[in-house]
Amino acid sequence: MTADAGYPTPPHFRKPLIDTPFHDRARALSQNDQFVAWAGYSTVDVFTTVEQEYFAIRNAATLYDLTPMVKYRVAGRDAERYINRLVTRDIRKLKVGRVSYVVWCNDEGHIIDDGTVFRLSETDYRICTAERQLDWFLDSAIGFDVAVEEITASVAALSLQGPTSAYVLKKFGLSGIESLKPFEFRIFEAEGRSLMVSRTGFTGDLGYELWMAPQHATAVWDDLMQAGRSRGIRAIGSQALNLARIEAGFLMPNVDFISAEHTVRMHRERTPLELGLAWLVDFDKPHFNGRRALQKQKAAGLQRMLVGLDIDGNKPAHNALLYANPTDETECGFVTSAMWSPTCKRNIALAILDTPHFEMGRRVHADIYLHRELVWERRMVTATVVERPFFAPERRRLTPPADR
Amino acid sequence: MNRAWDTIIVGAGHNGLVCAQMLASAGQSVLVLEAGAEVGGFAAPREFAPGFRASIAAQYLHQFSDALLRSLQLERHGLRFAATGLATTVLASGRHVRIAGDHVDGVSAEEATRWQQLDTRLARFAKFMATVQSTMAPRLGSSDFQDRWTLLKMGLRLRLLGRREMREFLRIAGMNVYDLATDELEDPLLQAALGMDAILGSNFGPRAPGTVLTLLTRRAGEATTTGGYRLPIGGLGAFAQALASAATAAGATVRTDAPVAGIVIENDEVRGVDLANGERLSAARVVSSVDPRQTFLSLLGTEHLDTGFVRRVDHFRHRGITAKWHLALDALPTFTGLPSAQLGDRLVVAPSLNYLETAYNASKYGEVSVLPALEISIPTVHDRTLAPAGGHVLTAIVNYAAYDAKDDLGTAREKLEANALAVLESVAPGIRSLIRSSELLLPMDLERICRVTGGHWHHGDLAFDQYLMVRPFPGAAQYQTPIRGLYLCGAGSHPGGGLTGLPGRLAAEQIQRTAP
Repeated sequence: MTADAGYPTPPHFRKPLIDTPFHDRARALSQNDQFVAWAGYSTVDVFTTVEQEYFAIRNAATLYDLTPMVKYRVAGRDAERYINRLVTRDIRKLKVGRVSYVVWCNDEGHIIDDGTVFRLSETDYRICTAERQLDWFLDSAIGFDVAVEEITASVAALSLQGPTSAYVLKKFGLSGIESLKPFEFRIFEAEGRSLMVSRTGFTGDLGYELWMAPQHATAVWDDLMQAGRSRGIRAIGSQALNLARIEAGFLMPNVDFISAEHTVRMHRERTPLELGLAWLVDFDKPHFNGRRALQKQKAAGLQRMLVGLDIDGNKPAHNALLYANPTDETECGFVTSAMWSPTCKRNIALAILDTPHFEMGRRVHADIYLHRELVWERRMVTATVVERPFFAPERRRLTPPADR
Repeated sequence: MNRAWDTIIVGAGHNGLVCAQMLASAGQSVLVLEAGAEVGGFAAPREFAPGFRASIAAQYLHQFSDALLRSLQLERHGLRFAATGLATTVLASGRHVRIAGDHVDGVSAEEATRWQQLDTRLARFAKFMATVQSTMAPRLGSSDFQDRWTLLKMGLRLRLLGRREMREFLRIAGMNVYDLATDELEDPLLQAALGMDAILGSNFGPRAPGTVLTLLTRRAGEATTTGGYRLPIGGLGAFAQALASAATAAGATVRTDAPVAGIVIENDEVRGVDLANGERLSAARVVSSVDPRQTFLSLLGTEHLDTGFVRRVDHFRHRGITAKWHLALDALPTFTGLPSAQLGDRLVVAPSLNYLETAYNASKYGEVSVLPALEISIPTVHDRTLAPAGGHVLTAIVNYAAYDAKDDLGTAREKLEANALAVLESVAPGIRSLIRSSELLLPMDLERICRVTGGHWHHGDLAFDQYLMVRPFPGAAQYQTPIRGLYLCGAGSHPGGGLTGLPGRLAAEQIQRTAP
């Protein structure tokens, strides 16, 4: 791999975590110095308070530094065939200028990671992933005329999410942005800088992701902040985003599932079918990694599945074990993500449940532990299997979005 | 597409032909497609000079079991032997040692006894190994009855060696041949003879781990026949011809000059093959005797396979470092101190284990051996059909030549040929003046001529991580592949290379057990 151009990298032993191109701006806005490590970068966990940032996602506009998202360029004559064999969806259906959410599996059909694929041209793609995948991507390239290159550091990225985000972008100067449909992207050229904008995000709300060269990063940040001032724009950290994504029913790698390449124990891997992502698996397309194993699993039936839970009461069921019967305490699953949803006014969770408990409408019991002034208290409450997402406002799809 | 054939076999090497004969005998319609003009693969005939014939790589038939020979009725199909039970003579300048089974001449009485004891023990282990080699490798952790039964039988047979011998087997099985030979023997020529048998054809020097395993697999093949080192009349090409004739008589069709361009897959199932000339042939199944790398990466294509599987294909070690040398001689040569009655022996030039190890070093660094080791055969001592009147054929296996040579092919060839000739002259002075024509085939030449990736005798190293239930690699180890209807039957599969016919036989049995 070539060293990432764009901005200087200090020796890793002096600075184990790299600053993103937005670091100076983030540092200036951070009130409590809550930075966390994300894929080798230092990013903000909370700027002010989680609540303030969360409500900005649902009621105004928010800026989130997405630079550490791992990015690959996949280009070459066989790029389409290569990605089609790599991921479970039929990528031949992805048109130039569009984005697709995908997962990829190993031979056993176990998920390695999820991500998004951008089709830049007939033969040029960008894949954004949670974890570094170069080893798997390169080995998958054997026999294909395709070049795979990591471009993480040469592309700075921002996520602009919230009901006023379309207005902010218009004010920022992107004329015609209102016609951009969900999972579409467009490249805007202005003042000598090129800005790729995709209508994508991790909040389940109206929102966009902006991709640019690192040297334009601070200028874009400043201009967006300026453009969004009258619409309550605010920088947010990872914690607030995590709340929004649970409401949207999105999965977080290493929280709701662990990459099959990282699991050590038996049965800790997950297939897309088990994560409720059967809609991402296209058995009608040509061969893809894990196809034969997934077909077998589909025929045999699922032993466990990830579902949404609606839990009684208002205490988040963090890491709760789930029981079929509250008295005999035979486990039938566990919670992977949980929160009290302020927008839905529901106590929600994502959970893995054993068969047959994952059927829609079924009731299980959540064993919730509460730490109250150094004392652990326990609540056994009823939880119902419900549909995901928990929150899916019309505005996330509306084109053109409301001009407000 | 209607199915024209029950089975299409890609490659008419000896394993492909054995497989064809067996499937055709079982009533299948079988088509064998050979890319070259001749059948036989590494045993195919080669006229390397006008009127002078040899086989491309193999020199002796010494691992082909009597049982298989009988069941294929090869003698009815023209197989005759010019010589059987040939002794091995190990040469160094001025001295030689002659080995005939457990008997050895040319060493002290004590050393001869030590040899006898070692040979007897190795023969016992080889007999056990022969049962392992002639059975389909079981899958581990499988609940299949056949797998469990095979494993149980293997364990039982091992235990039946007796407590002491079982322990001895387990002690030496993972060792290197250098340690075994120097532990058990004192005579450097005898030690080298053992070392030579362990490294022939593989990417190993005598100190490489697992070289006792390679020695035992070779001996296991030899334990299945009473014929010893044999020379078919007309060379090994005649053996290949007899196999083709047996397959044809059983109802199979053998087509030469028919290179396969690709295997046709529809709905994740094999449908047939595409020939290089554009012809499409349909079949219910395709059996590849081609090496695993070529089968999966070229004929099939990675788009039909999972990445993890392709990784294993890519990591399969398959670089040959064994060269073959063909000399057309005007007369029989004279070897210093060797009675002319022994000229027909299997002649090994390897004075010591360190000589072998030093020769091997070169191949590690992209070079050819300065002092190569030779396994020489002068088949015309026994079989006059191989050369014009008065002339003689001398062929030799030359160790070692790096597959990824630093020099260009021509230079590497010239260097190794000069080095081999210098070594040959040191034991047979004056032989240079007898040479009418000389041809040296490097691993890369064997790769090109025989279409075997790496030019490797065994299609891939015989090592613990590429042996038995993990040969060639997990997911393709029981002659089956991830693709329904695609099978393997070549040397890349258990138990590996050498003219044993076993991968072909075991594949045919597996196909009959599992075929849809």
